[in-house]
Amino acid sequence: MLSYLAQQSINALQLGSIYALIALGYSMVYGVLTMINFAHGDLFMLGAFACMILATLLPVHLPFVIILLLVMVLVGLLGTAIERFAYRPLRGGPRVSAIITALGCGLLIESLTLVKFPYAQSMPPLFNNTIHPFLGLTISTLQILIIGVAITLMIALDFLIRKTAYGIAMRAISFDARIVPLMGVPVNRVISMTFFIGAGLGGAAGMLYGMAYPVIAPLMGVLVGWKAFVAAVIGGIGSIRGAVLGGFILGAVEVMTVVFLPSTYRDLISYSLLLLILIFKPFGILGSPPNQKV
Amino acid sequence: MHRHTIAHRHCSVFTPSPKASRVVKKIICLSALASALLSIVTLTGCGKTSPSIKIGLNTELTGEMPAVGASSKNAADLFVSQINAAGGVKVGDQTLPLQLSLGDNGAKADQAAAVTQRLISQEGVVAMIGPNASACAIPASVIAESLKCPMISPWSTNPKTTIDAATGKPKTEVFRACFTDVFEAQVLAKFVLNNLHAKTAAILYDVSSEAPNGQANLFKKTFEENGGKIVGFETYTTGDRDFSAQLTKIKAANPQVLFLPAYYNDVPLITQQARRLGITAQFVGSDAWSTPELIKLGGADVEGAYFCNHYSNQIATPEATKFMADYQAKYGQAPDDVAALTYDAFGLLTEALKTAGKLDRQSIRDALSKISQFNGVTGTMKFQPPSGDPIKSAVMLQIKDGKFVWVANAQP
Amino acid sequence: MSALQNFFARATLWRWPLPILIAAGFAFSGFAPSLLNGYTQFILITLGINVILCASLNLVNGYMGEFSVGHAGFMSLGAYTAAIFTTRWSSGDPNIFFPAVVLGGTVAAIIALPLAILSFKTRGDYLAIITLAFLMIVKSAFENLQYVGGPLGVLGIKPLTTLPWVFFWVVVTIWVIRNLVYSKFGRAIIAIREDEISANAMGVRTREAKIIAFGVSAFFSGIAGALFAHQVQFINPSAFDIVKSTEILVMVYLGGISSLGGSILGAILFTLLSSGLEPFGYWRMVILSSILVGLMLFRPRGLMGQREFPWLLPKGELSHRQKKR
Repeated sequence: MLSYLAQQSINALQLGSIYALIALGYSMVYGVLTMINFAHGDLFMLGAFACMILATLLPVHLPFVIILLLVMVLVGLLGTAIERFAYRPLRGGPRVSAIITALGCGLLIESLTLVKFPYAQSMPPLFNNTIHPFLGLTISTLQILIIGVAITLMIALDFLIRKTAYGIAMRAISFDARIVPLMGVPVNRVISMTFFIGAGLGGAAGMLYGMAYPVIAPLMGVLVGWKAFVAAVIGGIGSIRGAVLGGFILGAVEVMTVVFLPSTYRDLISYSLLLLILIFKPFGILGSPPNQKV
Repeated sequence: MHRHTIAHRHCSVFTPSPKASRVVKKIICLSALASALLSIVTLTGCGKTSPSIKIGLNTELTGEMPAVGASSKNAADLFVSQINAAGGVKVGDQTLPLQLSLGDNGAKADQAAAVTQRLISQEGVVAMIGPNASACAIPASVIAESLKCPMISPWSTNPKTTIDAATGKPKTEVFRACFTDVFEAQVLAKFVLNNLHAKTAAILYDVSSEAPNGQANLFKKTFEENGGKIVGFETYTTGDRDFSAQLTKIKAANPQVLFLPAYYNDVPLITQQARRLGITAQFVGSDAWSTPELIKLGGADVEGAYFCNHYSNQIATPEATKFMADYQAKYGQAPDDVAALTYDAFGLLTEALKTAGKLDRQSIRDALSKISQFNGVTGTMKFQPPSGDPIKSAVMLQIKDGKFVWVANAQP
Repeated sequence: MSALQNFFARATLWRWPLPILIAAGFAFSGFAPSLLNGYTQFILITLGINVILCASLNLVNGYMGEFSVGHAGFMSLGAYTAAIFTTRWSSGDPNIFFPAVVLGGTVAAIIALPLAILSFKTRGDYLAIITLAFLMIVKSAFENLQYVGGPLGVLGIKPLTTLPWVFFWVVVTIWVIRNLVYSKFGRAIIAIREDEISANAMGVRTREAKIIAFGVSAFFSGIAGALFAHQVQFINPSAFDIVKSTEILVMVYLGGISSLGGSILGAILFTLLSSGLEPFGYWRMVILSSILVGLMLFRPRGLMGQREFPWLLPKGELSHRQKKR
């Protein structure tokens, strides 16, 4: 029983890392623009498809890291483009319009991908996946890779946020957006950078997810996107550490529920837990109430 | 919503000039209006065409199983073009061409219901072929029954499609071109016990979808009735990607056979995760495995698996050989069972049209129910009133070297 | 302006055609089975249901300024209640339809109460998450409840929804919500949207307003669900998921927030586009989402913005707005 639980914990870590990566994208954008980017789940899906296209259509067989970086850059650029053409014009207007535009952009991405790939696609394996027996458990190279890459990216992001100029600018904007331009910070550029990194992380998550579950379809981002959003909120939306925490909590809850109950209870338990957390901590575990000036 | 947004900046980078913005607004409004008008036109339908026999095809062109819809549509097109090239169908003293009315149910139940309504009420089809997926066929059949229009489902094996849920009696208007899950469960159970000599089996199935759910429960019942033992009975929900919890439980029970009645998009993930966890059981599938996409997506993990099917392109009856050659010539690939069954559904309907002698839904329905021998691509079938389920045989196939290979026949 | 333009400008303010139009609508819908084919009736019924859904969500999202993504949950509660009532607890003849639908709406409204109470402390995006959690919990609860068929749903519901019934409920919905919005409670609801803290400070009873808003909104969503169940004759939990909620959201924002005329327009546009573009296969969604994005970029507040048709406004409000001009 103990080894069974330990085995499932590895699964939970894997799923949680992926949720955390996506949740980070949501939190970063929210922190900077107080806007929920509903197209983020579809950027996640594009990451998986980009990886598949790169792996199958290119004549050269590229190593894993190169494909990962390429996917992150490509999806990041797309995220920046969406921000520039769909969100920036609406920055002065009602918040809801931006959210609905995000929803529309997400639907557009999904439907365009469906036009090109109506059938589910198979993700080709990028390397030889071996199973390692370890203390009575079985861990595959893929699982180690996913957890490792996710943690590396999170540490890199944390460094970026706290030690670089762009990171400080991002945090400044999330504190008080009106004063920041007066300080000479190129707000538009920082926001574009935020979207680039957020989308890039989402794309990386998509690629890792596609490698873990190698049947990809254009609508795979919808449900995962909403779940990652929930994870970001559990942790406290706007908080980077909160997003990571929320992602791992949600991954753990989802995997562990199926251990003890039939899988139809999974959503019931996860969302009831979320509701409970929000009742006791209305702004998420690590979030703080916004300052509301009357 | 929070107030402290970047809400008071009025200089946006992308502010069009007032005139340009008015023009663009006009364009957007006009295009929205145009789309709405276009929709009204397509909704109400327009124009009168020359007399023909209108047959509706309600199939899964978009959604979770587009490969199924594509096969169905291809077979339908092939049949209609062949019949019309030969002059048409002789109904009474007229020879009329066939006309196909296509509807996409997106593999969703409510869309299937809407399409059924549209085909029967608006397009005025004399009969409807489809849907294929049981989750769509069951609601569609309720509507076809209430609108008194004959319906033949090529591929839906769930018993509920032809049985009225309230009375338990067969529906009058609904038929199918394939056998039912009841028969399939017997075939599979006997195959596992007698051919594979396996006494223990485990089942992993999608509890939220009609076809896999029905098949899992029927297999369990039949297997245990015939002396087998089900050591694992796990469920998942449509859309799940991770089955490690359920598979780990199954691994602990150590079954000889793992029965997976899933559609072709779930099977690759399950088999891959099962093998990775170290499950060595023999995979056995249902007729939902029959799409070639499954081999493409499943690769080495589905190699060696057995499954039950409606026909094999290695059984050389004259009708089957001709159909396979024609299909290959027109579409460049071998037909799967959905295509073969759709072709047979159209064949059955044409037989009924000839016998009925008039384009009246009631007569067509009566003629269908009395068909005593029809030599189709998928074998010989007959209907026994009042049931809409044909009596026909099944085949067992195995996936070998990336192809479907015939193993055995099973008679009713 | 010419005499003709003058005439039209004043004609839009006429209110006496309204009851005549409503009566004509009833008469038309009564004769519909002989005039229109079954599919057109099907589309019109869908249209009516969408108008009801749109108007009910507009109350919470538009007038109260929240962002609820959980209304498909209210719809499913109404649908299941009415379906179980007509299939299992009664004979299923047409006389039972009205009580069944009202029961569906009432159950949805009752279950909306805890949600309204949660909204006392939580606002904004966190309330959006709570509505999402509510939707998922309701869906999952129905999936696990064997009594209502679990994931496979309820089959064989009698087709009791007819065009006259749908028209009746559309008229009732618009009438009730319009009167609510221009009443004392409606003012409180709008005050919550504008600035809740100030409203509280001025003595506006925000808690009651929230309960009423959520309750009424859920009631009519439940009604729409009940009508839907008896139209398609088959419901399962996945018919009421986040995609459905998103569709209702799109309709509301397309037509215009806090505008009932906008809700009607948005619902009509969306229903027509959705069903009419079906032959285009996958391009249907591409066209729909492009229109949505384009509309949002150039008319962020929706087609009608926050304006209202003059004939929908109550007399007092109309003269008030005319005086302002």
